[in-house]
Amino acid sequence: MKFVGLAFLAAILTAAFAGVGHAQYAARGGLEAKLQYCKTCHGLSGQGYYGWFPMPRLAGQQPEYIENQLHAFIERRRTNPIMTNVAHALSPSMISALAEHFRSLNPPPFGGAPRGSTRLGKQIYEEGLPEANVPACMACHGLEGKGQNEIPRLAGQLYAYTVGQLTGWGKVRGQGTAVDTSAIMAPTAHNLNRSQIEAVAAYVSTMQ
Amino acid sequence: MRRIGWKIAILAIVASTLPAVAGDMGDGAVRNCTWCHGTSAQGYTVAPRLAGQRPLYLETQLRSFHEHVRDNPFSRQYMWGAVASLSPRSAHDLALYFATIPPKPANDGNQELAARGRTIYLEGIPEANIVSCYACHGPNAEGVRDIPRLGGLAYFYLKARLEQWGQGYHSTPGSPMPMVATSLGPAEVEALASYLSFVK
Repeated sequence: MKFVGLAFLAAILTAAFAGVGHAQYAARGGLEAKLQYCKTCHGLSGQGYYGWFPMPRLAGQQPEYIENQLHAFIERRRTNPIMTNVAHALSPSMISALAEHFRSLNPPPFGGAPRGSTRLGKQIYEEGLPEANVPACMACHGLEGKGQNEIPRLAGQLYAYTVGQLTGWGKVRGQGTAVDTSAIMAPTAHNLNRSQIEAVAAYVSTMQ
Repeated sequence: MRRIGWKIAILAIVASTLPAVAGDMGDGAVRNCTWCHGTSAQGYTVAPRLAGQRPLYLETQLRSFHEHVRDNPFSRQYMWGAVASLSPRSAHDLALYFATIPPKPANDGNQELAARGRTIYLEGIPEANIVSCYACHGPNAEGVRDIPRLGGLAYFYLKARLEQWGQGYHSTPGSPMPMVATSLGPAEVEALASYLSFVK
């Protein structure tokens, strides 16, 4: 009994000392610690952040889309120097929990997009560009840009992120031989010219 | 340590005799900075290198000293007084001036830790929830907009700043750095500061 007591005390002391200055290791694997890790780059309320790269808004994002993208990073269907490492350390249950959390956040859009072309952007978003084989974004992403299932929310997305994704779509997404839903967007991204991409990105960045 | 001691004493005397930086940007204003930051602004003991720093970062930090937001001990001791009468316009001009000076790396970290530091810088430690520094500070630690250049800053300064973020000192409102610092242990801080001191 006395021995068990001592061992118990030793265990408590070890845990206490391990915690000093290394709180991160005690919390390792916990959902809260992982969320803080995500939000360091993606914004304190998931609204996105401009670092060297534009870090996309995750707040209000469709959970199925987030899960699909994290798996795409792991399987190298989507190439990204940062997110490949990040996603590799996530268990399937953690991925689901993170996606579920970000769905529940609703901060205002990050803002900061150029305002000049939002009218053209709204027109492309709602009507498409029939002569250029660009369907209305609204048809899949919804009138309010909230997305559905594996189709992402675009509302409030960072301007530079959307521009970057639409510009480099085929070089980043749908890599390898596996079938990937991102192939759906490839022709549309290709058929938009630079100023049309900027217009759409500016418009969706303002959507609540 | 003793050497750093008398250098700090000199800095203290110099800084205390120069509380008022000239309101108008001129040679005098630049010289007031270079008393501590070095004649070519490459940094000197506790005063960081300003050469090649992002102009928007320099301007943000000058405002932060002026408003007493950046509150670590050396900032309180030296920079609050140094910028007390600096106009926003002069701060802007000084920032642009120092940004144009080519920076030289301090090269004063522990060489044996540099490889480990580079890995943490580029990849973070995802399983320990340590983020990649590269995502915000850039592939060569060059910084962007108001995110500072870290490459080639002095080991002492880099280490102190990373520690201060974790000790609750402030610098720029809304910065994610306090969260970053809580995930870093002493070994990671030393490795990162060592690596960055060698980056050109």
